Amino acid sequence: MGSPLYSIPGSTPPAADATAAAEAPPQAGQGARTVGEVLAQSQAGAVMDELDRDLVGLIPVKTRIRDIAALLVIDKLRMNLGLQAQAPSLHMCFTGNPGTGKTTVALRMAEILHRLGYVRKGHLVAVTRDDLVGQYIGHTAPKTKEVLKRAMGGVLFIDEAYYLYRPENERDYGQEAIEILLQVMENQRDDLVVILAGYKDRMDTFFRSNPGMSSRIAHHLDFPDYSEADLLRIADKLLGQANYRFAPGAREAFEEYVGHRIRQPHFANARSVRNALERARLRQASRLFEDKDREFTAEDLTTIAASDILASRVFQAAQKNH
Amino acid sequence: MMTNPTGRITQGQFSFLPDLTDAEITAQIEYGLKRGYAWSVEYTDDPHPRNTYWEMFGMPMFDLKDAAGVLLEMNNCRKTFPEHYIRLMAFDSTRNIESIAMSFIVNRPAREPGFALERQESHGRNIRYTVRSYVTDAPEGERGNGKA
Repeated sequence: MGSPLYSIPGSTPPAADATAAAEAPPQAGQGARTVGEVLAQSQAGAVMDELDRDLVGLIPVKTRIRDIAALLVIDKLRMNLGLQAQAPSLHMCFTGNPGTGKTTVALRMAEILHRLGYVRKGHLVAVTRDDLVGQYIGHTAPKTKEVLKRAMGGVLFIDEAYYLYRPENERDYGQEAIEILLQVMENQRDDLVVILAGYKDRMDTFFRSNPGMSSRIAHHLDFPDYSEADLLRIADKLLGQANYRFAPGAREAFEEYVGHRIRQPHFANARSVRNALERARLRQASRLFEDKDREFTAEDLTTIAASDILASRVFQAAQKNH
Repeated sequence: MMTNPTGRITQGQFSFLPDLTDAEITAQIEYGLKRGYAWSVEYTDDPHPRNTYWEMFGMPMFDLKDAAGVLLEMNNCRKTFPEHYIRLMAFDSTRNIESIAMSFIVNRPAREPGFALERQESHGRNIRYTVRSYVTDAPEGERGNGKA
């Protein structure tokens, strides 16, 4: 939305979506005969490597995505040789605890599918129950259809999808949204890919009460919780991206922090780590703020000291329990 | 001389060409989306040239990225009103333009009877001319091959 909102007579308006214009839809794998050629032409390999590099842990998820990508590439090769390749069903379900990277992986998935030419635009539309289900009779269908139309050519990501179905209220409009969703998932498979996400146990209940939905989703990916070592590596990455680093001793303090935090309620994996680092940044800022007359070096400004982390409430709570 | 030599009404873009195929329509929609236009579907059974405001078939579609959504709505409208005129319109929301930038017909009734030129004699030897479309002789809902 960087383009001006007024028109200059005689000038050609800039393309509405600069990124879309810059990335002409790649015609993936035309006439390619080897896996390497398809990957080179579509540059899907680059996205997959990025996925491996940027995302910590998640080994089962990464393996599964590699499998799916491999199938798509081989399908491309089959098509080039004139062998029949039926359009694969690409709808997916991501289950896992909060903060395990479901949305991030969905974004990457959209990119990979776009590079391989299975979705035309490769954008991600993230919605929840509120965006699909209406408030009164006759409100749901237009609302759901509008979201579906916006998602066409890309990936529709439905977060907390189990909320769509509320068994305790038989007049709930969620069922109507599910029916429209199912119809489009079946009939317009090449126009959009639907990814449902949510907690494992609740999604299982959701699928049990909606067998039609379960059978139309080919890929169920389960996102495991991060180990403590993974969480520390995530913290390192996050700090690196924001141009911060741990002072000597601070990393050990953070390790201890993560150990305590995991056992406390409402632990949300990577999201909790990010929030903890945000709070450490706040404490670092107010610590530096006290020194009104000091000239700070770049090192002062980028270092998070052990005291910034040890001041957390988590340690006090942990001590109380002992 | 015939008032309607091609036997089809000519309104909007591409109306002197043979009907656009779905692939050609898709290409036009894609062009509009790339320029940031919002597409909408409208229909009518009264093709009088002064009938500017047709009925809306659903809301205008903002924030679309791909033509498939517009095509879906267009096909829904074709299924609902097979014997109506249906047009696609692209709204340009750029400040200072804020109006329709593209408009073309995507569906016509099988028979298009055209228009009558009526002459009304008024005071003196003055003649007043007006155009009346034959289809509007039938009441609304009974026009075009007897189907609504």
